[in-house]
Amino acid sequence: MINRREFLKIAAFASFIGLGAVSINAFEKKPGKEVLKDINALKGKRWAMAIDTRKFKTQQDFDKVIKACHKAHNVPEIVDPLHEIKWIWTEDYEHSFPGTAEHYISEEVKERKFLLLCNHCDNAPCVRVCPVKATFKRADGITMQDMHRCIGCKFCMAGCPYGARNYNFLPPRDYLKEVNPEYPTRTLGVVEKCTFCNQRIDKGLLPYCVEASEGKIIFGDLADPNSEIRKVLSENMVIRRRPELGTQPMVFYII
Amino acid sequence: MLDLALKGRPRYWIWLSFLATMILIGFICWIREHHIGAAFTTGLSRDVTWGFHVGQLTFFVGVAASAVLVVLPYYFHNYKIFGRMAIMGEFLAVGCVLIAMLSVFVIMGQPSRVWNVILHPTPHSIIFWDMVVLITYLSLNLLCGWTILHAEKKQAPPPKWIKPFIYWAILWAPSIHTVTAFLYAGLPGRPHWMTALQAAHFLATAFAAGPCLLIILSMIIKKISKFDPGQQAINKLAEIATYALIIHLFFIGLEFFTAFYSQIPDHMVPLKYLYFGYEGHNGLVTWMAISTLLAFTGLLIFIFPPLRKWNVTKLIGAICIFVSIWMDKGFAFVVSGFVPNPFDRITEAWIALNEFLVAAGVWSVGAFVITVLYKIAITVKEKVVFDKYGEKQVVD
Repeated sequence: MINRREFLKIAAFASFIGLGAVSINAFEKKPGKEVLKDINALKGKRWAMAIDTRKFKTQQDFDKVIKACHKAHNVPEIVDPLHEIKWIWTEDYEHSFPGTAEHYISEEVKERKFLLLCNHCDNAPCVRVCPVKATFKRADGITMQDMHRCIGCKFCMAGCPYGARNYNFLPPRDYLKEVNPEYPTRTLGVVEKCTFCNQRIDKGLLPYCVEASEGKIIFGDLADPNSEIRKVLSENMVIRRRPELGTQPMVFYII
Repeated sequence: MLDLALKGRPRYWIWLSFLATMILIGFICWIREHHIGAAFTTGLSRDVTWGFHVGQLTFFVGVAASAVLVVLPYYFHNYKIFGRMAIMGEFLAVGCVLIAMLSVFVIMGQPSRVWNVILHPTPHSIIFWDMVVLITYLSLNLLCGWTILHAEKKQAPPPKWIKPFIYWAILWAPSIHTVTAFLYAGLPGRPHWMTALQAAHFLATAFAAGPCLLIILSMIIKKISKFDPGQQAINKLAEIATYALIIHLFFIGLEFFTAFYSQIPDHMVPLKYLYFGYEGHNGLVTWMAISTLLAFTGLLIFIFPPLRKWNVTKLIGAICIFVSIWMDKGFAFVVSGFVPNPFDRITEAWIALNEFLVAAGVWSVGAFVITVLYKIAITVKEKVVFDKYGEKQVVD
């Protein structure tokens, strides 16, 4: 048995040691960002994407891109359109650009399909509304989604004006034919979406969709005036989805 | 004082057992949702991600906020008529805030992670503030109601330190509903919700529906106990509800004008969808027609003093207004915000049975708490007989 006096002594000593440990640690600690940075990581201040809609001709062109993404990210194949999960998908002209779609544009454009995905808005409403910072902005402009912190309140889905977010209404693992062990699968009740392949960018690789598109999608740093993306944006007619909302979408469509 | 809730007539225990059963059923349904997924257990979809539960949050925060309508006149302006009603308003607020908070909780896909809201406080998210203001309001009403009732039980004046808390609660009431409105009013892609009128409109509907519920509850209490909340107080509540209802209907008119005079499709489509049906989608037209009809029936009854004062028509009017606003704010308003979807298409939503039973469980939690608190309050009041103004509280 220890008496009260001894107990207090031990407690005081222990807390003193503890304090010391904390203060030593405070000097040694480096911000997580620096520790984790891969030397090969792509460097950019504002990642953006330009999709050359003229070059996507056949269904195969789209399928290749969509499959590359969905397979690598363990996106469940749910047929029911009300509860499906899609990180990147196609939509026609009229429904991709409601409000700004031109009625008298050429038939060829009207019949084109457009690849839709998270716009990684510079001023993202989803980030603003998330109550737990499960969706947040990286310094390079990527709108991240932490599927392991998300509480499933679906506020971000009400906030997103692009329908780019998916809620797991169905157990996602039941709808996976094969699992890519390098990427996490998800559980019921969390929101997920495209993350511009942050895991690849951090290793110095381009996003899956960009790679699979074979030049039809251009990815780069919007903040760099000499980047390829800046070049294609300045040389082509581009449109964005719902620019009037002030969200500053980072996905551009070359018409 | 809690011991007063442990003694009751059989009907009291039957009612509580019924509520407990509903809570259990709701709980089982809620577990079921997390077991098989919201696709089978809710009417929601990727296009309509909020529905019945978020509607209940919206509606019941309003009812809770309306307690201020009896608390403010009584404590701040010393309006004696509400002397016996004040405690009912405060305890009603406690139950309704509980319903509101649980309604948010049950929408969460990962309920075990709910503490993340506190672990990672995010001031730019309105849900964070909603949690803060609701917990505060709940505590304030419980504290004020309980303390004052306790003093009354001892036949002593309420302690002086409670005053600041009462004033705080008064300021807090409109705030909680403003924050609820901000959940909706700041979302760029949802034009139906994005109106600066939202908070004011919410308060108007709250101040119509809340007093109506208090009227209904007062009449029940008068019938089943010896405590009388006061005929004058009930009449005054009906008057307040009348004004608030008129303001609510006026605001609907304002929304129609802005949408249809400007002719901006994004603003017209949700209203067309709600009231007339749009491109073959008319899932809520009957629902809204009933809601509108009830609102005008309630208005007709409440606007004519003889009908408003006669207790039979008053009760009918109160039920009409309460149900009308519940139908609108508790479901239709939420769903119509998602019309059209970001691809200019329409996805409709309805209430699934499982979802309804979860909500019924949530209401039952609120009703349970309100019943217990009212039981305590009524027992105290029955014993005290006279209130602090020397007015008789008990019907002989």
